[in-house]
Amino acid sequence: MFVLVVGGGKVGYYLAKELIESAHEVVLMEKDRARADQIADEIGSIVVAHDGCEGKYLGEAGCARADIVAAVTGDDEDNLVICQMAKHHFDVKRTIARVNNPKNEALFRHLGVDEIISPTRMILGSIEQDIPVHELLHLAALGEGELEIIEAHLQDGSPAIGRTAGDIAMPEGCSLFAVVRGGVAIPLRPDVTLQVGDKVIAIGPTECETMLHAQLIGDGAEGIAAGI
Amino acid sequence: MKIVIVGCGRVGSALAESYDAGGHDVVVLDLSTRAFDRLPGEFRGSAVRGDGTDEDTLRRAGAEGADIFLALTEGDNRNVMAAQVATEKLAIERVVAKINDPVRAAAYAELGIATVCRTTMLADAISGFLGLALSGVPSVIAATGSHHDAPDHLPIGDRGAAAAAAGSAGREA
Repeated sequence: MFVLVVGGGKVGYYLAKELIESAHEVVLMEKDRARADQIADEIGSIVVAHDGCEGKYLGEAGCARADIVAAVTGDDEDNLVICQMAKHHFDVKRTIARVNNPKNEALFRHLGVDEIISPTRMILGSIEQDIPVHELLHLAALGEGELEIIEAHLQDGSPAIGRTAGDIAMPEGCSLFAVVRGGVAIPLRPDVTLQVGDKVIAIGPTECETMLHAQLIGDGAEGIAAGI
Repeated sequence: MKIVIVGCGRVGSALAESYDAGGHDVVVLDLSTRAFDRLPGEFRGSAVRGDGTDEDTLRRAGAEGADIFLALTEGDNRNVMAAQVATEKLAIERVVAKINDPVRAAAYAELGIATVCRTTMLADAISGFLGLALSGVPSVIAATGSHHDAPDHLPIGDRGAAAAAAGSAGREA
């Protein structure tokens, strides 16, 4: 596979290195010449010392035949433009953007970026897993569309306690598919009765969150969904 | 009319001043409050410190319902992103982004953003003044598409030529 990596910071550098080790063809674009030379010294002459936001240089770096373009610079707006240019001008099938501001995730997806990786969101998710107050957790966003995998931690007072999964009204396009109980994952069949301490895994569009929160956590509880 | 201007540099502040004096409702945003020193003392519009690519910031600044949105910061990509937020999230109809890279300017016009390219504008102004040949590339390109109906997958060279043809036709008219 031919992967074009744009941005030679820490992420781009290690990404290119790993990809080469897994025998993929890689070109790395880094606009800072000193940094580009430094990387080239270490991992070989796969570095193009130009700005990957410029259409001309993207073309010269072979963007038109890339299977994947990964935009991993430190600036969200640059990553957006790189992916849009790759997608709309060079017909690249799969574009991946690093996003620092989690609020940009939905926008980038809407604007055609195929996959969005948000380190901020991941760290936030990790922190929130340790804080019981936030009962709804975003585990992951699915590549296409605006689907998300969400975990709901059922606590005392949740309207779902004592009810069966089949009994819980789900918004259109949203489904509960598993429950983690005592560290074991159980498929969520309609006859499974929900208990305190269950972690229910749901999949659905972002907009479903408010309803999911009402059904699984309860209206009184303060969850992160309330802020969205 | 309500006019939102992102970037209070020389161009942004000059337009803010002129539209405000013309009786329009002007909101100007910049990341630095120092940029607002360029605005005249009698400026009656609002000057908001904040990131013009951030939807929440734009809403808080009162950009919703604006008739015109101008993205005029020094960063091409920031302008591109601000313009797309204005079009897609705030549903503003008339959006113009300053994009100094001619290739990106032509590309984004096809994705639904009207673009102004200072590079071709200045180059042609100088050549025109000297009576020498012009570039043939338009420096102001009206939005011709939307990212929803893209991509129509023209190779980049053809796109540039098509845009140039459309632009020179427009100039003669």
